[in-house]
Amino acid sequence: MTESTYIEAIHAALEEELERFPTMVILGEDIQEGGVFRVTDGFLDRFGPQRVLDTPLAESSIAGVAIGMAQNGAVPVAEIQFADFSFPAFNQLVSEAARWRYRSNGASGCPIVVRMPYGAGIQGALYHSQSPEAFYAHVPGLKVVAPATPHDAKGLLKAAIRDPDPVIYFEHKRAYRLIRGDVPDEDYVVPIGKAALRREGGDLTVIAWSMMLHESLEAASELAAEGIETTVLDLRTLAPLDRDAILDAARATGKVLIVHEDNISGGLGGEIAALIAEHAFDYLDAPIRRLATPDIPAMPFSKPLEDYWLPSKERSAAAMRELAAY
Amino acid sequence: MTRIHQPESGIRATDLHRRMYRDMLLAREINDRMLILNRQGRAAFAVTGTGHEAAQVGSAHALKRGVDWVLPYYRDTGVMVVLGMSAEQIMLSLFAKADDPNSGGRQMPNHWSFPEQRVVTRSSVIGANLPHAAGIAYASKLRGLDEVAVVYFGEGATAQGDFHEALNFSAIHQLPVLFFCENNGYAISETSEKQMSVRHVAERARGYDIPASTVDGNDVLAVHQEMRWSVEEARRGHGPKLIEAKTYRLVPHTSSDDDRRYRPRAEVEEWARNDPIDRFRTRLIEAGTLADEEGEQWAAEVREEVDQAVDRAWAAADPAAESALRHVFREADGSP
Ligand SMILES: Cc1ncc(C[n+]2csc(CCOP(=O)(O)OP(=O)(O)O)c2C)c(N)n1
Ligand SMILES: [Mg+2]
Repeated sequence: MTESTYIEAIHAALEEELERFPTMVILGEDIQEGGVFRVTDGFLDRFGPQRVLDTPLAESSIAGVAIGMAQNGAVPVAEIQFADFSFPAFNQLVSEAARWRYRSNGASGCPIVVRMPYGAGIQGALYHSQSPEAFYAHVPGLKVVAPATPHDAKGLLKAAIRDPDPVIYFEHKRAYRLIRGDVPDEDYVVPIGKAALRREGGDLTVIAWSMMLHESLEAASELAAEGIETTVLDLRTLAPLDRDAILDAARATGKVLIVHEDNISGGLGGEIAALIAEHAFDYLDAPIRRLATPDIPAMPFSKPLEDYWLPSKERSAAAMRELAAY
Repeated sequence: MTRIHQPESGIRATDLHRRMYRDMLLAREINDRMLILNRQGRAAFAVTGTGHEAAQVGSAHALKRGVDWVLPYYRDTGVMVVLGMSAEQIMLSLFAKADDPNSGGRQMPNHWSFPEQRVVTRSSVIGANLPHAAGIAYASKLRGLDEVAVVYFGEGATAQGDFHEALNFSAIHQLPVLFFCENNGYAISETSEKQMSVRHVAERARGYDIPASTVDGNDVLAVHQEMRWSVEEARRGHGPKLIEAKTYRLVPHTSSDDDRRYRPRAEVEEWARNDPIDRFRTRLIEAGTLADEEGEQWAAEVREEVDQAVDRAWAAADPAAESALRHVFREADGSP
């Protein structure tokens, strides 16, 4: 085990897979210079400009070219500089990549990975803060992952690269240098579709992912000091959902809070709540609660506005106390 | 510059011309029959390429089958006939049968996918597959493979961002891609003046420094010659090319369209006098490549071939209803 940051784990996964697959190509804007977050630092010298490809500023073709590459023996890993700019590529991901296998009746697949730095909390304002995971998780044919820890960041990226189907990989830009953790030294993957139980306690259950997991875990420690014990489930994969893990975690306490950065209406929290209501209703001791961002178009720039908008450890703790007391 | 017309390697020019003529006849027969079957209420939907056969057959015969990648669009019955998709397979697709090789009855007819001939599945979304051709060609180049990718589309598609993004990317990396535009002057009801401020699609390529040409798309030999040269250029590593074949659809956009609302009959009739199949037959007979009776006989043969294809496809099994749930992701059985 070696301690590393979240961004180092992503870098290492890419580097090791570039070594492993001679036809792997990473493509995106500014990635030869290391990318705006420096995830791909040093790769140009190691792997050359054909495999570390600076694309034109045109997201639809970043995704579309990756789809084509995947048909012809290359292993494309595309980077959308900010998830907020994935919408020009939305058609390629939804109409093309996601439906490729289905519409060819299983005759061909579309093994691409699209990495998207996402999430709020760095004063990125409306267009550098969004959490558009629900758009993609809604689409059958796409797998969507959102790791919270360096261990999972590396293992899920490797799993995504080796997966035979398209995977959208949401990496949280606030986590890059903030989140540290142990990463195994040997090669490993974290299976797509499996959630992870991060904490067990009998009073209530919190379901979260990515940075909201960390806020929730901190809140859970705080509550433990007050004698409230929390189960915390890290979803890790947002599509397809780990239904069994979600239902087990809900049944374990009968009180569920879902926390996410996406705005509340139509966010994934609604789907998770519906799943629990349909399949674990008899176990519930309280209404399912959601803590999410308000229904405004996207996060504003000003610090007070950002703080008001984004769920924090404090607001998680408050929601948890309220639910525990129900 | 004059270019000598060279036939496919190992094939005499006259044999190639005869084959092209027969392919055009078959494509036409399939096209016409698909519309009739729709009118008879036997096919829910049909989209056909009647009038485009010279552009399709002439260009497809310039490709190396099984080596070059082909991304045809919904009009390209002629391309698929050249690539060896049988009339029966096309009718299986028309009737959405389980054994439709394109999609097992999942997609509308003429949404081609034929992996054995490197035909890549496409959606209905106009223009979206142009970047796929660029990506395929990028991988060919990365892997040092001697392949060319050709993508077919209408002039309407050239208004899409994906058209421009694909040309730009292909030109920057000098990829072995052919952009083949079948310009029939209409995108459903919209004339090309509503799609673009230039007269020819070929002019659009100039901004990307991509060599482009405009050819008479109803002259199968002119198309073939231009395509052969362009494919060889691309194969030699000289980068992408765009070919614009000016043609006309002699039928409504699809079975759901009534083109009388937007196209004057006189215009359609004038183009009908320029029918690519009639033109080629006259030329072959004049050159002594085809005998008059032979033309008649072939026409009867393709009718018979399509009759049988329709009967067999009609009798074939539908997909099992619950199979609708399959192939969202790769199944454990290890498909591609
Ligand atoms: C993105 C998108 N928008 C609209 C349509 C509906 N549509 C189908 S074909 C077509 C016209 C296409 O014209 P053109 O590219 O010139 O090809 P043609 O049909 O004339 O051969 C339209 C608007 C579509 N399929 N995809
Ligand atoms: Mg047109």
